[in-house]
Amino acid sequence: MASTDQPAIVADHLEKTFAVRHRAGRLRRHRIEVRAVDGVSFRVDPGEMVGYLGPNGAGKSTTIKMLTGILTPSGGSLATLGLDPTRHRTELAQRIGVVFGQRTQLWWDLPLADSFELLHHVYRTDRRRHEENLGSFVELLDMSSFMLTPVRQLSLGQRMRGELTAALLHDPALVVLDEPTIGLDIVSKLAVREFLVNLNRERGTTVLLTTHDLDDVEHLCQRMMIIDHGRVIHDGGVAEFKSTYGTHRTVVVDLVDAAPPLDVLGTMVTRVDGPRQRLRFDRSTTTAAQVIAGIVEEAAISDLSIEDLVRQVYDAGG
Amino acid sequence: MFGYLRAYILIGVAAAGGGEVAGWDEGLMVTFAFITQSLLAGTGAFGEQELAERIRSGDVVVDLYRPVDVQLWWLASWSGRSAYTFGSRGIPPMLLGAVVFDLRVPPDAATWIVFALSVVLASGIGFAIRFAANLVAFWLLDSRGVDQLVTLVLTFFGGLLVPIVLFPPWLEAVARLLPFAAMAQVPAEVFLGLHPGRGALTALATQLAWFVALLALGRVMLGAATRKVVIQGG
Repeated sequence: MASTDQPAIVADHLEKTFAVRHRAGRLRRHRIEVRAVDGVSFRVDPGEMVGYLGPNGAGKSTTIKMLTGILTPSGGSLATLGLDPTRHRTELAQRIGVVFGQRTQLWWDLPLADSFELLHHVYRTDRRRHEENLGSFVELLDMSSFMLTPVRQLSLGQRMRGELTAALLHDPALVVLDEPTIGLDIVSKLAVREFLVNLNRERGTTVLLTTHDLDDVEHLCQRMMIIDHGRVIHDGGVAEFKSTYGTHRTVVVDLVDAAPPLDVLGTMVTRVDGPRQRLRFDRSTTTAAQVIAGIVEEAAISDLSIEDLVRQVYDAGG
Repeated sequence: MFGYLRAYILIGVAAAGGGEVAGWDEGLMVTFAFITQSLLAGTGAFGEQELAERIRSGDVVVDLYRPVDVQLWWLASWSGRSAYTFGSRGIPPMLLGAVVFDLRVPPDAATWIVFALSVVLASGIGFAIRFAANLVAFWLLDSRGVDQLVTLVLTFFGGLLVPIVLFPPWLEAVARLLPFAAMAQVPAEVFLGLHPGRGALTALATQLAWFVALLALGRVMLGAATRKVVIQGG
């Protein structure tokens, strides 16, 4: 077994290139190399909860597939729980849990209870441990009312709770979640989040999470990595991220009537919607108080959401 | 229904040959028609696309994330389904056939046992062929054509249309060299007592050899697929 201080994941200049063929005539094809992952290096320690973000097509899923041994890296080195994932895929599968928001590892035609029973045999888990885990997950995720319903009849929220349980019944040391809250309503989303926080705290399970829901990251992760065009463009604490990229603030001014763009020192009007104007300023050179003082009319200050910040970073990276 | 159709065609063939063709009389022909009809579903003669579908949609990653061998995983699921299908779609055609015709049933327990083993192997070969054919989906985005081709070739060379003994000798020789005969023709012949004594062992050994060889082919393909092919979708 792995010692506790062994890193959960170590990626060093990880690369993945795909050959894409383009039609270049009736029969001829151009071969173009696409670098889906282009020299990514990072390390995840046991017990960390890391958000892995990036726009669609940035290389998130490719990285995850390499981490879990589904795809072979084209270059660089990689160790997941101390193992080379492609060579030890099956062995690794026993020690990691994977949840896909858009796929299912449950059996469509079987009730959850039967799916879980099957998984007990597939993973050859200890019977007592299985019952214990199942009991606690059913309680934490409030699943008792639909344990006997066939999976195809479950709502997305119910199914996702089933998926989480299915991925965790064998006590994995590392859980990889690919968009686990996609399409969930707010109640299910909160249930899933609370469960993950709890799992990480109580069992020290390492969690790697990809999502487009930045609320997830804010609530769950201490650390976030952002990838774009196959490269990691940010890796650090979530709070730190906000302060690094969040130096710009916007003041939203609702005037009584539509007016020409306001001229306030240290600000720039970025948008005018009738009587509403948006003034952008740099927090490091100008304080909000100064801006407000410069505006005669009533003003409201809105903090940039993390979503806006991330968009800025994507824009900058692109 | 098709059992009756095929039975009457084969009766016609036997009659045209003066009651016997290639050493097969009417009783053999009729029993052959029904026994192969019974073998159809359980050996996957109707085609199998589930794995190819999962490859196409990308759901196959879920299979790859399980701590078990992918080929054995699918073999297990095939075996369960096949066992059920032999019961539900294998026995009725025989019973229906027995209502109208005098079917030639193995006289001794030994033949039944060899037949049972032969059917298990036939189903295994069916799995191995379909598994390999489904894996083609890793390279071709749509492998339905491959599956249909397998079904077609299997129907013809497996003896599901007419017993391959009715082929011209050279074609029969070709058919005997292909794995398809081992899926239908051979178990049917075992049932009809055409492989007596040590011949039974030879028949089983040939089937086993095909099963192992085709499994190995599937394994090589799976290895190649997981090494280099893109899995569809996020």
